[in-house]
Amino acid sequence: MNMAANTSVSSQPLIEIESVYKQYATGVVAISDMSLTIEQGQFVSFLGPSGCGKSTALRMIAGLSETSAGKIRVNGHAPGNGSGPHDIGFVFQEPTLMPWATVFENVYLPLRLSGMSRKDAAPRIEEVLAQVGLSKFAKAYPRELSGGMKMRVSIARALATRPRLLLMDEPFAALDEMTRFKLNNDVLRLWQDHGLTVIFVTHSVYESVYLSNRVVVMAARPGRVVADITIPGAYPRAENFRTTKEYTDSCQIVSDALNETLGTDDIDH
Amino acid sequence: MSTETPILNSEQNRRARIERRKAVIMPTLAIVIALLVWEGLVRYYEVPHYLIPAPSLVAETLVKDGPSLMSSMLFTIKLTMLSLMCAIAGGVILGMIFALSRTVEMSFFPFAVILQVTPVVAIAPLILIYVRDTFTALLICAWIVAFFPILSNTVIGLRSADHNLRDLFKLYQATPLQRLRYLLAPSALPYFMAALKIAGGLSLIGAVVAEFVAGTAGQSTGLASRILESSFRNEIPRMFAALFLVSVLGILIFLATSWLSRAVLGRWHESEIRRES
Repeated sequence: MNMAANTSVSSQPLIEIESVYKQYATGVVAISDMSLTIEQGQFVSFLGPSGCGKSTALRMIAGLSETSAGKIRVNGHAPGNGSGPHDIGFVFQEPTLMPWATVFENVYLPLRLSGMSRKDAAPRIEEVLAQVGLSKFAKAYPRELSGGMKMRVSIARALATRPRLLLMDEPFAALDEMTRFKLNNDVLRLWQDHGLTVIFVTHSVYESVYLSNRVVVMAARPGRVVADITIPGAYPRAENFRTTKEYTDSCQIVSDALNETLGTDDIDH
Repeated sequence: MSTETPILNSEQNRRARIERRKAVIMPTLAIVIALLVWEGLVRYYEVPHYLIPAPSLVAETLVKDGPSLMSSMLFTIKLTMLSLMCAIAGGVILGMIFALSRTVEMSFFPFAVILQVTPVVAIAPLILIYVRDTFTALLICAWIVAFFPILSNTVIGLRSADHNLRDLFKLYQATPLQRLRYLLAPSALPYFMAALKIAGGLSLIGAVVAEFVAGTAGQSTGLASRILESSFRNEIPRMFAALFLVSVLGILIFLATSWLSRAVLGRWHESEIRRES
């Protein structure tokens, strides 16, 4: 695996998913026999059409949703237990900010919930706000910000606890392309600076290839893993990576894998 | 935001200033004209004051009977405020219990609905029989009227918290108290403020109606009793004066709750944000 920029990271598994099934009360099988090992320091994308269970898988890793069968271990513990609330940062599809609180207070939330005083938390909040370029907006309310800025607050909040694992559920799907490219670069930079492990759910082939060193392609009905593709290409990556042959070749491979999953009967996407 | 050259906005500011002044001047002017027309018509047609008194006579009565009307007004204020506070306390506490447990809600919500749909005028005589102390009986009547909007809006408000935010709180293993304080209560606040505006007016209506029912008992001395008493004695100007005070009270309650709502939600909730066009 090509991980030139992250040579210092050990490759012990951070997440182990063993034959996991998920069935909803309605009878819909969201995930069928999913097995996956994710090592520390990886940037993994879950790519697939709607209904392939990629978001469900992410929620189960976060401990927000129960498995129906099988086992998930995060850092050796069941999700949501033992690992401590500080180990995981989660970024939702929407910014999910509290409209009644300022940017500062939104980012402070995870620390406040863990009992840290405002005074102790302030330097750390200022630090993460600076990392996402929002230092000047600490006192603003979410409604005063653009979509991209709200998303950056959401990312800052996820990073406030200094997690090892960052889970992102189609975070940029609702943003315009220019903003998305910029945030892609921000996420890559944060991933490298913090030595994070990132799981990134998306339905964009190009986004997944640009960001990740590994793309897990999933198919729908029932949701399952159909391909696990390693993406070559050294980090740090920047906009010019989008024009390299490595990138276009990878996009082709991932696209083909994705197209195979789209049966003739279920192109409703 | 304010770094632009001020010249750009001078015309806009001037217009905004005029707009603000108009918002005060126009309604005041309209009321003054209405009063003048009323006064003029009464004088021109020489309407006897036991039918329709002129505004000047109502004002005169207001001054003349000031002390007795004031003490009645204080009584009504006390009754209204106490019933509103009890309605808030009861509505919020019960609302939180309902929001926590569907079972409790299913079991007890019908009682709340029965209390709400039965006209207070119909229950009041019963309450006056069962409760010896008239003031307590009046308080219960006014409370019944004001309580329901607070309860139902609090329940809806507490349930309206964003589901992703709920997940976030779960992810960070928030305690139930933290969840209530930092997520559920702020989410419920806009709903609660809307209920408060309604309940404020309703508690006054409840207080007045209850007193009307109890009025003949003679012990109560609120504004409604003054109106009733004046009607028996055919003192129409005094009825108008008492009515005027009831309206003033209602307006004050409305202004106070609107101000509170703006103060609490003004920075963030869509309902209270002024947009610049």
